[in-house]
Order: sequence, then structure tokens, then C-alpha cells
Amino acid sequence: MNRYPLWKNLIVVVVVLVGLFYALPNFFGEEPALQISKRDGGMEQTALTEAKSALRAAGIEYKQAEMQDDDALIRFKSADDQLQSVDVVRAALGGDYPVALNLAPAAPGWLTDLGALPMYLGLDLRGGVHFLMQVDMQAAVKTALQRRVDGMRADLRAAELRYVSAEVSDQQEIRVRFRDAAARDQAIEQLPADYEDLEFDAAEIEGEPYLVAQMTDEGVETERRAALDQNITTLRNRVNELGVAEPLIQQQGDSRIVVELPGIQDTVRAKEILGATATLEFRLVHGSPADWVDAAESGSIPPQARLYQRRDGGPVLLKRQVIVTGDRVTGASSGFDQDSGSPAVFVNLDSQGARRMADITGDNIGQQMGVVFIENRLDTKVVDGELIEEKKLVEEVINVATIRDQLANRFQITGLDSSQEARNLSLLLRAGALRAPMDIVEERTVGPSLGAENIQAGVNAAILGFVLVAIFMMIYYRVFGVIAVTALVVNLILIIAVLSMLQATLTLPGIAGIVLTVGMAVDANVLIFERIREELRNGMTPHAAIKSGYERAFATILDANITTLLAALALFAFGTGPVKGFAVTLSIGILASVFTAVMLSRALANLVYGRKARIKALAI
Amino acid sequence: MNIFPPNARFDFFGKRYFAYALSVILLLVAAGSLATKGLNLGLDFTGGVVVELGYPGGADIEAVRDTLEAQGFDNAVAQLFGSSESVLIRLPPSGEGQSRLADQVLMALQSESDDVTMRRVEYVGPAVGDELFNAGGLALLVVLAGILVYVGFRFQVRLAGGAILALAHDLIVVLGVVSLVGLRFDLTVLAAFLALAGYSINDTIVVFDRIRENFQKMRKGSEQDVMNASVNQTMSRTVITSGTTFFTALALFVFGGEALYGFSLTLLLGIAIGTFSSIYVASAISLDMGLKRRDLLKIDDRERLKEAEDSAP
Repeated sequence: MNRYPLWKNLIVVVVVLVGLFYALPNFFGEEPALQISKRDGGMEQTALTEAKSALRAAGIEYKQAEMQDDDALIRFKSADDQLQSVDVVRAALGGDYPVALNLAPAAPGWLTDLGALPMYLGLDLRGGVHFLMQVDMQAAVKTALQRRVDGMRADLRAAELRYVSAEVSDQQEIRVRFRDAAARDQAIEQLPADYEDLEFDAAEIEGEPYLVAQMTDEGVETERRAALDQNITTLRNRVNELGVAEPLIQQQGDSRIVVELPGIQDTVRAKEILGATATLEFRLVHGSPADWVDAAESGSIPPQARLYQRRDGGPVLLKRQVIVTGDRVTGASSGFDQDSGSPAVFVNLDSQGARRMADITGDNIGQQMGVVFIENRLDTKVVDGELIEEKKLVEEVINVATIRDQLANRFQITGLDSSQEARNLSLLLRAGALRAPMDIVEERTVGPSLGAENIQAGVNAAILGFVLVAIFMMIYYRVFGVIAVTALVVNLILIIAVLSMLQATLTLPGIAGIVLTVGMAVDANVLIFERIREELRNGMTPHAAIKSGYERAFATILDANITTLLAALALFAFGTGPVKGFAVTLSIGILASVFTAVMLSRALANLVYGRKARIKALAI
Repeated sequence: MNIFPPNARFDFFGKRYFAYALSVILLLVAAGSLATKGLNLGLDFTGGVVVELGYPGGADIEAVRDTLEAQGFDNAVAQLFGSSESVLIRLPPSGEGQSRLADQVLMALQSESDDVTMRRVEYVGPAVGDELFNAGGLALLVVLAGILVYVGFRFQVRLAGGAILALAHDLIVVLGVVSLVGLRFDLTVLAAFLALAGYSINDTIVVFDRIRENFQKMRKGSEQDVMNASVNQTMSRTVITSGTTFFTALALFVFGGEALYGFSLTLLLGIAIGTFSSIYVASAISLDMGLKRRDLLKIDDRERLKEAEDSAP
């Protein structure tokens, strides 16, 4: 007699049922949908109602429209309807509501309400962009030093300590040159209190007295972390502006950021927006047009001014002191100037920026103000027959205008080349500036058609592999073969269920891992069945052979699977992206196969043979 | 039905020197190819740009090459990929900051004909390529060390030695074949190698398990007889499991498409080599390393055996 105690049978039944439940959502597929959110969060029902009536007016049918936690979802019958509706909804709701194309699980609501969601498909299966971005930490530290130099100049002036120049050198240190050593020594005594993250030193460079300040290690560390954090926040804002459903933005290592944008089509624009560093500065104009040309020709620039190029040609001198920078911008939208009809950006400033703007423009009515457009641009050049890219900081004056009135928190900027540039600039001003420039060091983009082909290829391979193994097992082991194939089916269901529960990412190598598991998972049953055959040949009764086969093969199964699991875990620890997906499915497959091949198949064998007191022969 | 006769007493270990000779030849060929030809490292490890384009209705590969040359992409290599409707363009690594190159290639070719679609773009910077390569090598070492420790602990040091040598043998031979046929070695092929490490050791462990059991059970016969019996007894299981795993790898090879071509080919090769090595290399080397009956006995059995040996003249 071979019988499992009730609790063992119950465990088997419960595990199979739970597995079925969590695997179920994957069989409903996905349907095209629009995801509508609100820029500052808090999507309202009224906006959804407005979108629905716009769709009805345009004659586009939708399946269902519902509010979710932070956004609203409209489902469609076909991808064509979905594509048509984007523009309709965007036009109806305006720029404050980003609209993104999405695929929503088609599983019935009661399943998703209970937390049963389909597997999360990786970018190689659903299409999309993966970027790995390297934050330029050298530049981050340099900008931080630059900010401190600006403060130091003001402090030295306030303390009436005369200095000749104050700059950030290429060696990542601040160098202030003084006329005499006495003034320098006094500065070294007074400055450090306000600059805790700097180390001050006296130095003689080419016989001149200098003050040299370097950033402490903690200071550098703080600056790096701040640069990384702010860049992640800015990227998140920019991705929201682009309207991407389910983006992933995450730190990797201590100076890199991973950005994954599923389903995005226009990768060129995505790259342009993510890597863009454009921002604005407002400065007062120095001198007259004649002075500008003089300065440009003679190269002698007044100490309180800087020389710039105008976008429409010709030089211009602007004061060193900045009125307001782009980080004071709280809102920006693009449109057209009412008088000239040229593209314009309408800017809102925060209260501090607005106060400064009001103070300075109020004191300078009749004077001119320049708007500086700052951007890190990549130029492609051919050097020795190879294409290389160079980073270049471009600072252009896009607009010089006379201050007719005191400006406050809201005004407009013109002088942009195209309405596309106006749109991009307003987006970048809204999303905030990057604290340090970034380079894309790895990119993997998969078009939607290839993604769908990859899924099809994976599914076909899985079916063929399963059918081959199933036919072989049923012919070779007869009744026990059927048991093994049943265990294999449950094994697959459990893998899918666990992947869905963990919301782990399924990739193409991940599917390959599942297919491979099909081949390797029967190994445990083969070990058991061969053992049973052997015991039968040695003259054991069928019941004793089943019992001994399962029990004695168990140690072997455990040893064999633990070593394979070791390999899978190492893959997970050191692998990246798709390879990690392979390791995950392989590990889950190994664990699930031990359960199905040992416990479940034993329960089935007991069910078939265990009840009878005597069996003449086993179909094995 | 039986694939391998159940009561076979095939003398595997008596013929082990033929197997050794075969292994040495395979290893020499592999080492020779790796030394002279090397591995055809893919984009993941060297860095560079790969662009895959879809041409519905078939691509004129010559025209694509001409366009690329005319646009100044001198180093670009264009080839048909899988079908006549898909073109793969590779650009070698050249310093940092190539991320926009792919877009330029795309724009150049799309300006020639409108219905070109982007199927895939991959760009890996040289620094990232080096890191991926090092991480991969480290993963392989960790796997080998982990298995050595586990098998040494669960079985016996000589068996662990045999297992590791068998594993190294499999990986080197397969790596040699990959080098010989010029298969592109990328991240998925590396994943296949790590999966193979797991598979090959799995196969070996099953044989070891039976060897240990038989040493405790069969009190007569030399070490070689016991090991022969063990391999004979586990032979049908070895053939069947290798067979089912081979079937599924074959399914991946047939239907997996270009993306899994290298992965599944590596697996197919590895399964064949791994099966051979767990019979011959792992067990035979343990035997020649001086594996004795008493190494695998339970402690009290071992003492009894020692007493018996001591009292014998």
C-alpha cells in the first residue's frame, strides 16, 4: 500500500491551485490602451469625462474607461483606434495631461483585484529602449566649485580683500590670485568658516601669491550623490513629460543611471530630451554695441563683463552677475509671440526668482537685458577616418531686449529658431536642469515588430520542446510517463505563476531558460523511474519498488539540483539584463521541478497504484 | 522498453585510455584554435554599434553598402540577417561617445527608402564592454569554486577534483569549437556556458552518487569493478536525460530565431560533450587520482575495513 498522508495531498492540491490562479492572468493577453495622468499628480474624473466625450465626438470606439490610483486608463479594441485617439485626447485635454500609449492586461477585474497580474515582459519582448547613462562626475565637482567661486568673489569684495582673479583650474581646484601675500593670508583666515567642504592652502605659482582651495573627500562624495539624485529626479520629470507608460529609472553603481522606456517609438527624440542640458540665464547688457565690437576685436574685455556670441550674429557683452538662472523657473509653455508671430516660450518664476527679477529690472528700466541659452552639444567630426563625437559647451545669446517695465514672475522669451526648439526648451525648463552632464554608455533598443517575433519564436520553441519530451516520456514509461508529463505541465504552470507573483521580468533568454527546464526537469522523474525498474528487476514487489524508487532517488535529485542552482545563482549575481532573466527562470524552474517531480508525481503514482493492496505489474 | 540494456556489464574503465586520448586530442584542438584564432567576441564585450533594419519586400544589400559608404560610414559592415528582409549593420568601437552613430545610420538609410523600419539598435561603450567581460569571467570562476566546495564537502576531495576537471574539460572543448566555427561570443553565449556548467556537473553528480552507494553496498570487486557497475547502472538515465535536454535545445535552435542561435548551438555542443565527460573524464580521473573504497564508506564501516586490512598479513 502506498498512500500519502492527508496533509501531503493537501499541500500538493493547494500548491497546484495557487499556481493555477496566479498563472491564469497570462492567458488573457493584453489590449491597447491610453494612459492619461496629470502633470502635478491627482488625475480628476472630469478630465476623463472630457476625454471620453472627445473620443465620442471623433467617432472612435473605446472598450472601457476607468480611473486608477494616479491616472486614468482607456482601453481599445484595436491598436488602430488607440493610435488615432492619442491626438484626439491630447488636443482635448491640453498640455497639462501627458497621454501615453500602453498595453493593459486584459485579465478580468476580479483577478487583478486579488493581485494576480501577468508576467512583466522585458524590453526584448515588448519593444522599447534601454539606456545606461554615465554621470560625468568630474563635471559635477567642477560645477560645484564654480558655484563656490561665485560666492567667494562676493565674500572677498564684502571683506574688502582685493584679488586679481578667481577661477576653477583644470586640476579641480579653486585658484584665487592676490596682489600681495598679506591679503591672501587674511583671506585664508576669514574664508574657511563659510566653506566647510573646502581645504584652503597658500601657494606661490610663478612667483605670485595664490590661494588654493580643494574640495574635501566628503565634499566630493556629497556632491556626487547630489548630482546623481538630482539627475534621477530630472530624468523622471522629463520621462513623464515624454508620456511613457511604466518607465524605469534607477541608480546603478555609484555613477550610473538605468533608464528603460517600454514601447517608445521615437528613440531619437527620447535621447535628445533625456541627455539635453539646455537651460537659460538672464543677464544685464554691458556697454553699447560699439563697445561690444571693440571688445571682440581687441580681446580686452572689461572685468565685470563676459563676451558672448549672438545667435543672429555678432558679439555682445553681458554683465558677469546673473539675474536669474533656469532653476528658478516653475512653469514654462511654448507658443507664439502675439506681435511678431515668432516662436516664444512663456516662463513663470518662483517667488525668490521673481523678487530678484523685479528688483533688478525695476532699477534698470531703459537698459537692455540678454537671454543666454546654454547647452552641452555633441558634435560629430571625422578624425583619421573615424567618426568621433566631441562634447562642447555652447552659450548663445538668443535675445537682447530693452527693459520697458518692471518684470515680475511671468514673461516671455523670443529669438528661438523654430517652434520645435521652443517646445523642447519649455519642456526642459519645466523638468529642471541636470546637475551634471551625462553620456549614454549603453543602449539597447528593440522595435515592436522584433519584440512580437521574439515572443512567437520563444513560444514555438517551448511547444516543440514540450511535445518532443512528452511523446518520448509517454512511450518509454507508459503510465509513469503520463505522470511525468502531468508533473511537467504543473511545473510550467508553477514557473509562470512564480514569475507573475514576483513580477520578475521575462526576457527571450528567460523563455529559453523555461524551455531548457522542460528538458532538464524530467531528469528527476527519469532517475526515480529507472530506480523503480531496477528494484523491480531485483525482485521487489511493485509497492516496495515505488516506495524505494522515490526515496532512494531523492538524495541524488537533491545533490544534482543544488549544484545546478549554484550555477544559476552565480549567473544572477553577475549577469545583466536579459541574462539575469535567464538565471531567474532557470532557478525557479529547478525549485519547481524538485517539488513536481518528487511530491506531485508521487501523489499521482499513489493515486493510480496506491489504493490496491496487490498489484501484479507496473506500467513502467 | 529499454534504451540501454539493463544488465549490461560494459567495461567502461578498462577502455578509459582511449577516452583519455580522445579528450587530449579535443583539448589540443580547442587550445590550438583559441590560441591562434581566438574568440569572435561580440558587441557586448568589445563595444560598438549594431543596427538591425527591416526591409519589407527584401533588401538590396549592395545598395545599402553603397549608401553607407557614400555617407562616410567607412567602417560599417552590412549583411543580411536571417532573412532577405532584415539587414544587420555593425560599426566597430572607436572611442567614447558613439551613442548617436546609430541614429545617423538610421537616418541615412531611411532617407534612401521610406519603408525601412528600425528593428533593433544596440550600442555598448568600450568601458561597459570590458566590465561585462570581467563580470562574466568572475561568474564562471565563482561557479567553479562553488561546485568544488560543494562536491568536496558532500562527496570526497578526489571526486571533487574529477568533477572540476571534467567541467573545465567540457567548457574548454566547447569554447574551442565556438572559436573554431567563428561563432560570435556574446552575453547569451556566455549564459549558455554557465548553464552548461550546471548541466554538466548535474550529470556527473548522478554518477558519483551511484559510485558512493555501490562502494558502501558491494563489498567484493576492485574499485574499477564497482565504478564500472555504477556507470552501467546509471547509463539509461544518462542517455535519456541527455536526450530530452538535447530535444529542447534543438527546439530552441530550430524556432528560437537569430537571437538564440549562438545560445542553442552552444548548448547542443555542450550537452554532447558533457555526457561523454561525466562517464569518462570525471569518474576515470577520480579513479586515477587514487580513489579508494574507504574514501566513500561511512565512518564506522571505514574503521571496520581498516581493522580487517590491519589484521590481514
